[in-house]
Amino acid sequence: MIRVELRLLLLRRRTWMSVLMLATLPVIVAIFLKVSGLGSGSTSPVFLAEVIHNGTWFPIAALALVLPLFLPVAVLLLAGEAIAGEATAGTLRYLVIRPVGRGRLLAAKLIGIISYLLIAVTAVTVTAFVVGWMLFGLAPVKPLGGTGPPLSLPQAAVRIGLSALFVAASMLGIVGVGLFLSVITSTPLAATFGALGVLVTAGVLDQLPAAAAIQPYLPTHYWMAFVDLFRAPVNWSNMKRGVLLEGGYGSAMIVLARIVFGTRDITS
Amino acid sequence: MTFAVHADGLTKRYGRRTVVDCLDLQVATGDRFGFLGPNGSGKSTTVRMLLGLVRPSAGTVRLLGRSMPRYARQVLPKIGALVEAPAFHTFLPARVELAALDEAGRGASWRTRRVRIENALERVGLGDIDDRPISRFSLGMKQRLGLAAALLRRPRLLVLDEPTNGLDPQSIREIRDLLLELNTEGTTVFLSSHLLSEVEMLCTETAIICDGRLVAHDSLDALCGPTGRVTLRTPDTELAAHLLERVLEGRDGYSLVARTKNPMALNAALVSAGVRVSELVVERRTLEDVFLELTGGDPDGDREFVPDEL
Repeated sequence: MIRVELRLLLLRRRTWMSVLMLATLPVIVAIFLKVSGLGSGSTSPVFLAEVIHNGTWFPIAALALVLPLFLPVAVLLLAGEAIAGEATAGTLRYLVIRPVGRGRLLAAKLIGIISYLLIAVTAVTVTAFVVGWMLFGLAPVKPLGGTGPPLSLPQAAVRIGLSALFVAASMLGIVGVGLFLSVITSTPLAATFGALGVLVTAGVLDQLPAAAAIQPYLPTHYWMAFVDLFRAPVNWSNMKRGVLLEGGYGSAMIVLARIVFGTRDITS
Repeated sequence: MTFAVHADGLTKRYGRRTVVDCLDLQVATGDRFGFLGPNGSGKSTTVRMLLGLVRPSAGTVRLLGRSMPRYARQVLPKIGALVEAPAFHTFLPARVELAALDEAGRGASWRTRRVRIENALERVGLGDIDDRPISRFSLGMKQRLGLAAALLRRPRLLVLDEPTNGLDPQSIREIRDLLLELNTEGTTVFLSSHLLSEVEMLCTETAIICDGRLVAHDSLDALCGPTGRVTLRTPDTELAAHLLERVLEGRDGYSLVARTKNPMALNAALVSAGVRVSELVVERRTLEDVFLELTGGDPDGDREFVPDEL
């Protein structure tokens, strides 16, 4: 089933269209930056302003651009569709009586989503790297905060790769929520919307001083922690917490989804 | 004896509503079994419980002698099923979809996959299908493809829900012939339908469900038994009418309708009295009569009173 699921994912035009859209956003932003010659202003992360001086920053900027909304929406469409989509299409009953075990089906869907995430962040990062290189040129990266020796290009490339992986891992919490909702509802959009609701709520609470007590436990709290990779010395603590938190939420939701799915009547 | 399908006290409740109520079903291996019921009578829920898609509230299911859903992994590979409408990943071509389905499930050898796919397509009349996506199939083609998917594993038991839905008369006939052929090769056919003619023409055994309860479970011959009436044609109508005076129910030209439980005795009596009988037909109940009577769709259904004499 896992192989089949991956093949279906890759054969689907929708997959590649959404990846294309994700990768297009940074290209558009880069063109505007280049044409106007302006950085993105003082409010946004420092490195976006740095981009016009050094294209090496651009993959990081691109990841930061798709991270808050675009990537979550794309991946939640897929997660929401996982089981509920098969149910709506009527294929769920045929898969289950084929028989594909319910746990195996869920695992295949999860692996499909993770693969999509990896494809998406790779596409964004590579596109942004190429665009940044062509429009702004590559140069060694000065660590944020200004101290320490600049990172050579290979060093920067490794850290960009790690950032992409961290961004992908940041989605695990809401992917778990999306998969769980996809099991308990029969409408893919309801599952997607529910998970987006969780995302938006977490985002709002994360900005709310009154919610400070719970902020370290919000699934979106450490999303930007990959920027720490470009400090000297690298501060790993937030990234570690982020990965633990996402992994924890993700696995908890998936275990829950498995339990519910195991006994659920398939009436679609 | 092991049954291909054996349900015992099968019950499904949704909250307070009982959709299937204490159903007992026995389908012998090699049977062609028709499972009839009006819309909303619990047919589909029953089929889903048989296949382990829906959990029974009470009762047990055994398929091919093994308990479901406990042994679903071992049993389901030997079963082909169409549960309501066929459904596919419609952006795929037929062969790719069948291959994906086959590979997704456990217990299918990849070595024989290509052959089995071609075989199944051939059998349902889609042997020369091209690479267009399934979304561009007609309803009838989708139905055939659904059947092909059910046949992929060369199942020992076929569970089919309205398999001729959306097919034209020619195709319906082809599918029926195919099912008969599969049956003679040893496949047990469980056909769930509300189309009486379909069951009448294909099945030997039948069960009728109404409001979640089983109202009949018998062979088609037994269900559609004689009504206790015979129709006979004779040129000697006057004499015959006189002889049959006490049991005569109707008369129209050269044909007479008489009540009897024993057509042979009636015929012998007529002939020995010198009545030349050119035709004698025992009237049987149609499946429609039986169905409407049992499912309450026929409020003033004529229940036959069969007298003992003659």
